[in-house]
Amino acid sequence: MNKLVYLIPLFPLIGFVINGLCRKSLSKTFISVIGSGSILASFVVSLVLFFDVKSGGAMAVKPLFTFIQTATLKIDFAFQVDQLSSLFLLIITGIGFLIHVYSASYMHEEEPQHFGRYFAYLNLFVFSMLLLVLGSNYVIMFIGWEGVGLCSYLLIGYWFKNNNYNAAAKKAFVMNRIGDLGFLLAVFWIINKLGTVDYHQVFSLAQDSSKHLLTTFDVTAITLLLFVGAMGKSAQIPLYTWLPDAMAGPTPVSALIHAATMVTAGIYMIARSNVLFSMSEFTMHLISIIGLATALFSATIAIKQNDIKKVLAYSTVSQLGYMFLGLGVGAYTGAVFHVMTHAFFKALLFLGAGSVIHAMHHEQDIRKMGGLKKKLPITHITFLLGCIAISGIPPFSGFFSKDEILAAAFAHNKIYWVLGVAGAAMTAFYMFRLYATTFLGTFRGTHDQEHHLHESPKAMTYPLIILAILSVVGGMVGIPELMGGHHKLHHFLSPILVSEKVHEIEHNTEWMLMGVSVAIAAIAILFAVNKFSKKPEMQDAEGLAKVLSNKWYVDELYDMIIVKPIEALASFFKNVIEKSGIDGAVNGVGKFVQYSSRQVRLLQSGQVGSYILFMVLAFALIILIWVNDGHIYRFLTKIF
Amino acid sequence: MPISNYIIFCLTLFTIGIIGVLVRRNAIIVFMCIELMLNAVNLLLVAFSKMHNGVAYLSDKSSIVGAEAQVFVFFIMVVAAAEVSVGLAIIVMMYRNTHSVDINFLNRLKN
Repeated sequence: MNKLVYLIPLFPLIGFVINGLCRKSLSKTFISVIGSGSILASFVVSLVLFFDVKSGGAMAVKPLFTFIQTATLKIDFAFQVDQLSSLFLLIITGIGFLIHVYSASYMHEEEPQHFGRYFAYLNLFVFSMLLLVLGSNYVIMFIGWEGVGLCSYLLIGYWFKNNNYNAAAKKAFVMNRIGDLGFLLAVFWIINKLGTVDYHQVFSLAQDSSKHLLTTFDVTAITLLLFVGAMGKSAQIPLYTWLPDAMAGPTPVSALIHAATMVTAGIYMIARSNVLFSMSEFTMHLISIIGLATALFSATIAIKQNDIKKVLAYSTVSQLGYMFLGLGVGAYTGAVFHVMTHAFFKALLFLGAGSVIHAMHHEQDIRKMGGLKKKLPITHITFLLGCIAISGIPPFSGFFSKDEILAAAFAHNKIYWVLGVAGAAMTAFYMFRLYATTFLGTFRGTHDQEHHLHESPKAMTYPLIILAILSVVGGMVGIPELMGGHHKLHHFLSPILVSEKVHEIEHNTEWMLMGVSVAIAAIAILFAVNKFSKKPEMQDAEGLAKVLSNKWYVDELYDMIIVKPIEALASFFKNVIEKSGIDGAVNGVGKFVQYSSRQVRLLQSGQVGSYILFMVLAFALIILIWVNDGHIYRFLTKIF
Repeated sequence: MPISNYIIFCLTLFTIGIIGVLVRRNAIIVFMCIELMLNAVNLLLVAFSKMHNGVAYLSDKSSIVGAEAQVFVFFIMVVAAAEVSVGLAIIVMMYRNTHSVDINFLNRLKN
């Protein structure tokens, strides 16, 4: 079955080529069939591969061709199918397919040409993501890594006539580039030290303590640089600000890229490199601290946002923080598990938000919504399920994955757990604030909007329903042994992960931890629903709330300490160096030539007499120089 | 007669020619001065040729070394005569156009 692996990225690539080249001539129906169909085909192949791997098919590397060959380095263009990549393949193609179907309906107002462009970008994105996940070495991963960054830029700036959107796209791209630089440096470092980028070889060489190829410093530096890459792609402090701005793109794009797949690339990369990361205590500590800080920080911001997509965006950043916390405390399975469940419910929430925005005619401010429960029944139910799942209420999927991370955090350091639970409570609070303000209470929009409220078409609601089901039952693959489950995911992933150093905690303690976190989340939910269903916050925030609603002024801070100085430097170069330096030199040459030719021109008087005079003088000079056995000539050459 | 006399005489003639060209504005005078310079050079050529031939003559009575220049001079004079006719014709045309033979009137060729 492994022979088919190249088909998985091939289908979206073909879709991209067809939709991209023929976008002006194809009909919208055809474009959406090509776009979604190619992903569906990939999904089917991924499913086959997944079951192949699950039924004991060994890890397989499928080389396609040699990508780079030098005397000392050989990099294959090879695909690796194992437990981790096959799981990610399912997430990407499965959720990707649902979002493609949803998009076909959501974007139906676009002109065919732009519609085709949109689907071409989406397919290219899925292609890049599949490349990232399938690559069997860091270079192939980097190709995909760059590809998703590019597609993210293209899709955020999809409505390129709006300059704010373009700015958001550029911001995402630049932020990602900063991370990419870290990733690239890490790859160079690995090549320099180990002479290979292939995962198997890198990990086995790194673990081989007899050869001493990597010092502790090397491992720490490599993992830190890789983590910088992950920070950029997965929106961690301090590179997270692009993700909320990325909401400028169409809502399905937010669901696909900025919730379900692309931002998990960092998690995937660290989980993939778990061997390296486990070797560096320091990096692991840093990852867990950054992850936890991000989780809390963005959760506080999400509490005071009034844009439906912004709340979800900050919630994504927060959940990514949890995943990094999981990675940092060595719970790789927990992190991957959370990636999976998060992909389900966050895609669901974003698509639900898209459905609301669609019904509200592109209104995104939740203060102008309310009471949508009756008008949008399917969206309401699915959105509610998504909210419960993300809040970590059993037996919904979010509970299991989040609990696993929190339990591992507790075993590692009890303060992590306390802060994690606080973050979870905030998550529950802001999600239900969003839910209550949007769906409960009375409608607060214009009369015209109320008149046009409608449930979305089936192409949009079916993906919602499927995702809602997945959000509810998705946790079943990871029921901990404590609850009588087998944690299938853990057993599935164990061959490719180093043995997790999670300290066993007593069952009683674990029950208690679960109880506490669920109880706190439940209280937060009740409080939020109670507070916001009747009387949503309409007045402008003050005090701390104002700081929160302005996102802690982080954008302003970055603007002040990075953007402004660079702009000042640029304008210095533009006004001083460019104008008086470079322009001065260039214009100076011109002016000198003009001046000197104006002076020389005076010789050309037209007076025959003066010409003859010059001629005679010149002859006299030449004769003077050359006669006398060349004495004067030699004298002159000596001085000059 | 020593060669130096010829040389000094030719130099004098040539210098007179140069000075005449430089200081005079009458085209005909300038033209005459040019001829003067030409003839000074011509004369020098003949003088050197004779001197050259004289040296060779001492060893070989029938030598014609250097005698070619005696013939060249005639060619030069013929060519100079042709040149004079062209030059004078130009001056005549110039006089017809400007009613003057002042060479400084020729500095406005563009109009």
